[in-house]
Amino acid sequence: MNVAEVKSDNIRLGGFAAKLGPILAVIGIVILALSATLGESAGWNTFWKSYLVGWMVTLGLALGALFFVLLQHMTRSGWSVSVRRLAEGVAKNLTWLWMLFVPILVLVLKGDGEILYQWGDTNLMQTDHMLHAKAGYLSPTFWSIRAIVYLVVWTVIGTLYFKWSTAQDRDGDIKWTHKMQKWAPLCMILFAFTQSYASIDWMMTLQPKWFSTMFAVYFWASCMCGFFSLLILLARFLQNTGHIQKSITTEHYHDLGKWLFGIGVVFWAYIAFSQYMLIWYANLPVETNWYMTRQLGGWGPVSLLLLFGHFLLPFLLLITRWTKRWRSPLPIIAAWLLLMFCVDIYWLVMPVVPEVAIDTATSYNELATNITNAEIGYGFSILNFTCLIGMAALLLGGTLINLRKCNLVATADPRLREALQFENA
Amino acid sequence: MSEVASNTIARENLYGLAAEFATTPGIYHAAEEAHSAGYKWFDCLVPFPVHGLDRAMGVKMTILPILVFFGGMLGLTLACCLQIFTNSLEFDIWALIPVVGYQYDVSGKPLLGAAAFVPVAFEMTVLFSALTAVFGTLFLNKLPMFYHPTLKHPALARATDDRFYLVIEARDPKFRLDEVEAFLNSLNPETVIALEK
Repeated sequence: MNVAEVKSDNIRLGGFAAKLGPILAVIGIVILALSATLGESAGWNTFWKSYLVGWMVTLGLALGALFFVLLQHMTRSGWSVSVRRLAEGVAKNLTWLWMLFVPILVLVLKGDGEILYQWGDTNLMQTDHMLHAKAGYLSPTFWSIRAIVYLVVWTVIGTLYFKWSTAQDRDGDIKWTHKMQKWAPLCMILFAFTQSYASIDWMMTLQPKWFSTMFAVYFWASCMCGFFSLLILLARFLQNTGHIQKSITTEHYHDLGKWLFGIGVVFWAYIAFSQYMLIWYANLPVETNWYMTRQLGGWGPVSLLLLFGHFLLPFLLLITRWTKRWRSPLPIIAAWLLLMFCVDIYWLVMPVVPEVAIDTATSYNELATNITNAEIGYGFSILNFTCLIGMAALLLGGTLINLRKCNLVATADPRLREALQFENA
Repeated sequence: MSEVASNTIARENLYGLAAEFATTPGIYHAAEEAHSAGYKWFDCLVPFPVHGLDRAMGVKMTILPILVFFGGMLGLTLACCLQIFTNSLEFDIWALIPVVGYQYDVSGKPLLGAAAFVPVAFEMTVLFSALTAVFGTLFLNKLPMFYHPTLKHPALARATDDRFYLVIEARDPKFRLDEVEAFLNSLNPETVIALEK
């Protein structure tokens, strides 16, 4: 396989895959609209939390893609050119993804933030000493300004990198590669800050008194797990529908499998355990209640599912070489880990207890009773699924629509030859 | 008839025949040919890693990863046993010697606090994996090795500089001196050298 042959490797999206994009997008919009009509009967708190789960999952996948693209340019990687366009196609969704956050932004700015975030309750923020100290950071205005900054940064980076990369397809000029490499480090720094603060602002503050310095890294590791699973599935889907069958080889799947294993499974578990152990050892009530919430009222099995399903099982499955190289096991494991990524975000967002229920408890047993009784969001609602499915369908549809406008492989990238000849030792 | 394996080397002292190549394609194709000709005991001496050479030679995948996995599991098991034993166990060895662990109460944590055991278990797994990898590599490569016949012939010193050598050893079941020499000559080498044990 050489560079000239890539052009005859079905690099334009066609057939079923090309039609699927708009269909998925329409399905996504319909499901989201239906979810909104169900909000009244299911309770708005349930609706908004389900909406936040869907948002963090879709955003996490797109941010994972953005990180991957930036990293490949920073390190000037050769092997990844075959799959980089697919990642760029996912990251390009950031162009419109901010629209999905507008409802939450409007909710908070309108003064109804307390439906989703306890710090939206101005009364609570003034009476409680600890929350009073955090009130400046968690004021709706400052929170919204920060959110807009994150969204603008991601939209600009995601759009530009897709634009530059596809521009190179047309004119074959090496200046685009230099440009992308030049800006990658700065974008990466911006990405690190925005993604960390976004995870803190949007998920950690659901329990406004709780804090963990590892939370942002945890969310990043989760995103990488979801993204690499998605990338493996997307590449396999495109190849099964007759596209780029020679440009992406077993060697690329092997490397994506290594990424999934290294970051998505092992590093995720490493960070998850580090966060757990420090809180377990220090044993401070303000910190431990977050884990206590996730052990009571039916959340214990979900936590164990993450331990076994997100770490131990995939660890044993992905540690050998052949599962990453053979055609069938890797997409199955990737599909499972994508599901686990959704469960992970669900587990981060859903179990929230009013701070009052924690503060008023005078003994461990009373705290346990309060947490169990106050378990908002325990008990499945149809919205938990519809919001997530709707937004995920939009993301996938958007990705396929983005990829219709360009080659599926960066045909003019100067490192394409290296990628095609790449071999794992 | 054999020209290189001159009478100076007795048959029982012959280590093997080496063919010298000046280019990487030369050694690559020679390795492929030697593999498809059915030779088992042959090796390539090259000054730098040649991509895909091990595949051309038909070298099987190493079993080192499996050794490392079980080494790691051994470390994990030992770490768990050590911590469970030292922290809490009370038992008798052969119903004679009573053994009691250090049952310290550390900030109210349970004696068998699984979370506290994980870092030690993790480190021991890594340590045993790493040691297995290092010593497994040495063992599988028969290192340290203080003498090797290919080091004896002065011409083969160029294997560390600018020449590539394919060595077919005399212990190969298919080794017939005339045939091997004819075979090596058919690969268009620079020269064919007989190696003494």
